[in-house]
Amino acid sequence: MSQSSRARPARRFTQHLALGLCVAAPIAASQARAAEPIRIAVIAENSAIGGIAITNGAQLAADQLNAAGGVGGRKIEIITYDDHNSATDAVRAFQRAATQDHAVAVIGSYMSEVALALEPWAARLHMPFITPGASSNEITRRIHADYAHFKYSFHGYFTSSEIAQASCDFAHDILVPQFGVHTSVVMSEDAAWTTPLDATYLECLPKAGIKVLDHIRFSPDTTDFTPIFNRIESLHPDIITTGISHVGVQPTVQWASQQVPIAMTGISSQATTTTFWRDTNGAAQGVILQEDAAPDVATTAKTIPFAEAYLKRFGVSPGYAGYTAADDVNIIALAVQAAGSTDADKLVSAMEKTDYVGTIGRIGFYGKDDPFTHGLIYGAGFATGLMVQWQDGKQVAVWPKAVANGTLKFPAFIKLPQMHAAN
Amino acid sequence: MFTLQILVDGFAISALYGLGAIGFTLIFGVSGVLNLAHGGIMVVSGVAAWAVAGDLHAGPYLGALAGVAAGVLTAFATYGLVVRPIQRSRAIPRDETEIFVLTGTLLWGIMLQVAIAYLFSDNPVTVQPLIGGVVQVFGVRTPRNELLIAVISWVSIGLLWLLVNRTRAGRTLLAASINPRALTLLGFELSRIYLLVWAIYGVLAALAGVLLASFLGTSSANIGQLTASAFSIVVLGGLGSVSGSLIAAYVVGYLETITAYTVSPTLRTIPALLLLVLVVYLRPQGLLGRR
Repeated sequence: MSQSSRARPARRFTQHLALGLCVAAPIAASQARAAEPIRIAVIAENSAIGGIAITNGAQLAADQLNAAGGVGGRKIEIITYDDHNSATDAVRAFQRAATQDHAVAVIGSYMSEVALALEPWAARLHMPFITPGASSNEITRRIHADYAHFKYSFHGYFTSSEIAQASCDFAHDILVPQFGVHTSVVMSEDAAWTTPLDATYLECLPKAGIKVLDHIRFSPDTTDFTPIFNRIESLHPDIITTGISHVGVQPTVQWASQQVPIAMTGISSQATTTTFWRDTNGAAQGVILQEDAAPDVATTAKTIPFAEAYLKRFGVSPGYAGYTAADDVNIIALAVQAAGSTDADKLVSAMEKTDYVGTIGRIGFYGKDDPFTHGLIYGAGFATGLMVQWQDGKQVAVWPKAVANGTLKFPAFIKLPQMHAAN
Repeated sequence: MFTLQILVDGFAISALYGLGAIGFTLIFGVSGVLNLAHGGIMVVSGVAAWAVAGDLHAGPYLGALAGVAAGVLTAFATYGLVVRPIQRSRAIPRDETEIFVLTGTLLWGIMLQVAIAYLFSDNPVTVQPLIGGVVQVFGVRTPRNELLIAVISWVSIGLLWLLVNRTRAGRTLLAASINPRALTLLGFELSRIYLLVWAIYGVLAALAGVLLASFLGTSSANIGQLTASAFSIVVLGGLGSVSGSLIAAYVVGYLETITAYTVSPTLRTIPALLLLVLVVYLRPQGLLGRR
């Protein structure tokens, strides 16, 4: 046997090995990528009912997606950060999520002040960011004003103007015609989200047929609301239109214990979860509030099953931001699938095309040319939220008609111009 | 009508302030301890009362009792785990003990705050009122519970007065506040006196915590504010003076109520704080203080 004939099988083996490696390497890499989870960062204040709803809602949605096979075989991994309601902590968490933890997108905060602090970081770090609970109009105004820079941010909850408009529409449709309501005092906490809220209230309440007698803004640190209720009562309004989120339990309990004879309606974020009934020892009876979804109301086919799964796992119903955080996880997952990539610009582009029916309704985002760029599309055919009233420990939907599962009932101490709805 | 409203509302809140502050001043008078975990003890009591009354369906009375018990236990824990080890430590120079106690109780208060927020969230909660409904007082619609709070506060303050002035144990406390060294020379065990004063303090602070939680609600986020409020009242009245604290509680209570009604609820604490600065400047020992 010549040397060359002995060398041939060895060369053939080397050639086969090289070929095998060339084929196997990309397969292994793609398998490794397929196994690599899609990391979504969640930044929220975990010791607050509203904040923990974001973390829990996102985790539940991710677990449900993973149980169904994940996204293209990849699992969703939720990385949670507690911002302790501090913009500084939230920004640090955001930076860590982007640089160290390699998140593909961030879901963050129910506080407008915190969301507004995160928005510039989403722009700087080219990190898709969506807030499931903050409502300040400033969030979308910034994106509209400087789209190229701020396009990485999305507003996954209604703007303050939209939730104020929902309250006015409800008043126009029910309180004015059925209960003879014609006057109101606007009572809001002093915060970033209530500035556009109050501006819209002052504009839309008169259009709904309700004269605003006074506009009271108070510090979120207020604990004794007696002087505020006394001032309101001296003006004899038919209703109090609220804008409260940082406070909620105290004004509600004092309103009930002092038997202030004026109905409270509007925004009361703490009242969106079932713990509110427990926290107020039932003083919430008769309080009317705007919600994005309620546990017993089939806004979509997904709402009740999600609320039930959440209640079973966490012992309380999801606060308003729990529903939206879950929807946001799905929106990001769908965007990753549609983009076929986790590249930030491709993801943003895919998220802009969102048309997803979630727990709060059909979700889409306003485009670049709309003044509320990347805000939730609000109105017919899309998510509008609903008005609920606390009745005997349950949130009963009273508006809009399409989802209402009950009618308004007030505690005995409430006096309205017409006490019984003219059905 | 407006004046009557201020008089009625101010009376209840001032009584509650007084109840919260006298324990704080008593403990300083007898053992020289400024307990900056005071707000923490009040909030532990309120949250425990809420949890037992609501979650365990024990009702408002058992809930309130459980809240007071939790407050007393937390007061003992404050003494046993924080104050006493610092006071006994040989590593801490004697003339620096007070500042270490101050720092230790402040940190303990923060620990309580974080623990409550972790276990129960920092959302405010309210304790079921012992009685519901409203009554007209001089034409002012007043919750019955608010009146009951004022009554319980004053009865407790009265019982404390009787204890201090009419019992042997009380007179020992008084003597300890005037001259502790003489008391030890007479054969009294100071540590037992301190235990007694921490027990009394625990009951007073816990009661104030439960009543406040049924009146205005309570939250772990309020701990710092509650401590600051008691501290202001006690400094205004004179550190260690029970009667000074009561007068100061009413001065602060009414000043806050008048401000809330006539200026703005947002600014309610400002005039009382300005008064405090003025008193510290013009009369550092407070209204009736000895030191």
